Amino acid sequence: MKLSRFFFLKRKITSAVMMSLSLVATLVAIIPLVFIFYYTISKGIAYLNLDFFVAMPKPVGESGGGMANAIVGTLMLIGIGGAIGIPVGVMSGTYLSEFGNNKFGATVRFLTDVLSGVPSIVVGVVAYTLVVVPMKHFSGLAGGIALGILMIPTITRTTEEMIRLVPHSLREAGLALGIPKWKTTILIVLKTAWKGIATGILLGLSRAAGETAPLLFTALGNRFWSTKVMQPMASLTVYIYDYAKSPFEDWNNQAWTAALVLIIMISMLSLLFRIITRSKFKTK
Amino acid sequence: MKFQKIISALFLTVTLSMLTHAQLQLNGAGATFPAVIYSKWFDQYKNATGVQFNYQAIGSGGGIRQIAEGTVDFGATDGPMTDKQLAEAKSKQGTDILHIPTVMGAVVVCYNVPGVGKGLNLSGEVLADIFLGKIIYWNDAKIKKDNPKLNLPNKAIVVTHRSDGSGTSFIFTDYLTKVSKNWESKVGKGTSVNWPVGLGGKGNDGVAGLVKQTSGSIGYVELAYAVQNKIQYANMKNKAGNFVEATFQSVSFAAEGAAKSMPADLRVSITDAAGKDSYPISGFTWLLIYKNMKDEAKAKALVNFLKWSMVKGQSFATELYYAPLPKAVVKLCEKNINSITANGKKIK
Amino acid sequence: MDNSETQINREDPKTKSNTPVFAPKGRFKKFFSSHNIGDLIFERLTLLFAVLVFLLVILMGYEMYVGSKISINKFGWSFLTNSVWDPVQEIYGALPIIYGTIVSSFLALVISVPLSIGIAVFLSELSPGWLEKPLSFLVELLAGIPSVVYGLWGIFVLVPWIRNDVEPFLSEHLGFLPFFTGAPYGFGMLAAVLILAIMVLPIVSSISRDILKSVPQSQREAALALGATRWQSTKIVLKDAKSGILGATMLGLGRAVGETMAVTMVIGNRAVISPSLFDPSYTMASVIANEFTEATSEMYLSSLIQLALVLFVLTIIINALAKLLVWSMERKLRPR
Repeated sequence: MKLSRFFFLKRKITSAVMMSLSLVATLVAIIPLVFIFYYTISKGIAYLNLDFFVAMPKPVGESGGGMANAIVGTLMLIGIGGAIGIPVGVMSGTYLSEFGNNKFGATVRFLTDVLSGVPSIVVGVVAYTLVVVPMKHFSGLAGGIALGILMIPTITRTTEEMIRLVPHSLREAGLALGIPKWKTTILIVLKTAWKGIATGILLGLSRAAGETAPLLFTALGNRFWSTKVMQPMASLTVYIYDYAKSPFEDWNNQAWTAALVLIIMISMLSLLFRIITRSKFKTK
Repeated sequence: MKFQKIISALFLTVTLSMLTHAQLQLNGAGATFPAVIYSKWFDQYKNATGVQFNYQAIGSGGGIRQIAEGTVDFGATDGPMTDKQLAEAKSKQGTDILHIPTVMGAVVVCYNVPGVGKGLNLSGEVLADIFLGKIIYWNDAKIKKDNPKLNLPNKAIVVTHRSDGSGTSFIFTDYLTKVSKNWESKVGKGTSVNWPVGLGGKGNDGVAGLVKQTSGSIGYVELAYAVQNKIQYANMKNKAGNFVEATFQSVSFAAEGAAKSMPADLRVSITDAAGKDSYPISGFTWLLIYKNMKDEAKAKALVNFLKWSMVKGQSFATELYYAPLPKAVVKLCEKNINSITANGKKIK
Repeated sequence: MDNSETQINREDPKTKSNTPVFAPKGRFKKFFSSHNIGDLIFERLTLLFAVLVFLLVILMGYEMYVGSKISINKFGWSFLTNSVWDPVQEIYGALPIIYGTIVSSFLALVISVPLSIGIAVFLSELSPGWLEKPLSFLVELLAGIPSVVYGLWGIFVLVPWIRNDVEPFLSEHLGFLPFFTGAPYGFGMLAAVLILAIMVLPIVSSISRDILKSVPQSQREAALALGATRWQSTKIVLKDAKSGILGATMLGLGRAVGETMAVTMVIGNRAVISPSLFDPSYTMASVIANEFTEATSEMYLSSLIQLALVLFVLTIIINALAKLLVWSMERKLRPR
């Protein structure tokens, strides 16, 4: 009897220890999060002022100035990326869910997964050889194309999954009314699934907004106001990289502010994402 | 009404900004060494003329490569292009590439050693040994010999160098190759070399950042970066055997000899120069320009800017810790600038 | 279960497209057949975009192969086994770089995977419902931080901490091991490993959590009913989810291998093989980021593109394996 009691206790204690370890693991994971946010906010806020949003960068050694060109540049780059990534992603996702139950569909599905795993720097290399070298110009367009390629897998896969979630009865109702399939798909299926698809698009856009590596040798950077897509274009992420490794304290501080602004921009996108998903999946 | 006014004001600013960036913009990339003075020049020049020169400091290797690929309107480098690179660029772009020196600068050996302030003395051989990984502690007898008064700690030396292709590295390794046989045979000179030891930082600013942030470190950066970041830098022993501090005067002394025997293409090394006051790790920095340009407006803008840089531009040099070009070199440059053409035609 | 429903959906569109809903007659006929042309156009249009995605991936691989031809011809397989990366002599061997990539990613996973499993277990087995959502939101927030911000934080917070506290502590107490020798630079393998571990954490933990949750509740109930403790029932769940967790780990590996900015900013950037975690290292992605625009010769550029190609192939293999593992896990659980 005593022996079994011992084993019982041992089992209980092991269980308690292991389970509390899992709690510890969760807490440990949150520590870096707290630190990163603490530093970004406390260091970033010191230089956060109106100038940051409306002024241009100053030359080395002069204090002050802002990153208006980089904020606009980042928005334009994800705009160009979206103009490429969204149609390709949504259409190919529609293909996969509606017509993709064949070998070709499976291949495309696999390649989309491959694409989602390709490091962003590799996409940058390809955009350089495919766009920059033939056009003989570093350009915002090249950067946007790189970002667009990076968005495609996210948007394709969410579109496919969201369309599959649409109850089949809806589709049948449309078809039973004699509405052709393409109209059913666009007016009923896509309309029902659009919230889910929109979250995929927002996710793709917010990831693209945080990318640096594919822009290093495509959009390059610009110290001036640059909204021409055929010219080098400034972006917040490249500025953060440049300013972080600079020895000028002024620039280091601005890097933190840029990081804060970038995170705010991205969280605004994912907040939108949260709001949309909440209304969509209330039952879950 | 008020609302309408705001809207029209907004509209006006948008159109105006559209108009302003319809201005001519030239893109360039390259050396980080002269990036400080270039950002000053381009800022001043834009205010004076409205022409924008967008310069990205991606390293001299990058400047050479991008001019050869034709992805920029001008390049910049601190290490002149080799004959092979010039031939490759010509075959790709169908035109010669001109080297136009803009200013001169010094590469300083900066350090961050606790307890040691200003005034570390280093000779070329000792420096080479440190970067070869042969001297690994600050209180090594060889360093002590040149610095009897300093209290050198028993601390490991953290060597830092450039991780990217760089003209600063070229000037530095060019110097080490001249003063150390060992270095010449093991490493050699170039814009990027296979470093035997040390940490890599990207750009002059990257190395300055590493040195500033790392106790016990040694590195090499362009003078302006060391001064502006208040990092200590060493007095270097020159050919005449004197320990010389890097200043724009000591760089000018180094260039004086070279100016007398400048080759026509203006590619010349002035490291380890003769003269009792010359600083041994000095060098020119060049803009790389297509001799024949396809876009006439851009060619004209570039020529005008280059002429401006030779006269007005030189006056900014000393305040930013660069040495202005000797008069004789400016003459040679102007001759070369005048040889630039647009579609085969001279530029007025 | 959800799975069965999606299963039905997955098959239906195909059968639908083959069977006409109703055959139009009379004056409606022309009207409806024009819509069938619409169907055709719609299918072809979406097909076009799917082909575009297909071509894009092929084009990427092809473009990199063509770009690296010069270096492939010169170095062949020795590119992967030679340990000298010397742009002056024009000798390019990627071994130290591949070593740095694999070791940094592997060590990051060694730290990150146990933590991730802990998080997944806590979130799926222990935590009350009201706590689970905000906690998983917090962990997933880590995934939303841009890589360059990790790098910024790494340079100014993590690296000084490693240099001043972690490395001196390790070399004092564990200095007899070759892993903890050398000067405390701060920048180096250790910093890269830690930052990668943080970055991989949200991916591995959120996928693992989803996988644990997909293990049928009956498994746990059966174990608990037999008098098993929480831990014992969790062990059974973990055993069921083994291949899925391995798949999640592979996905994390894929991310770590390709991570560029944060690693470039803290790893020290030197192509060298050293057992010490204090020493600087280099990864494929950071070599490309640092040297790609600078490569002055054809051979140099070609070698860098070959490096990108190696990275591309490596991530394809890793992701395919991950997919296979997660998929086999799903299949195992479905028929239950």
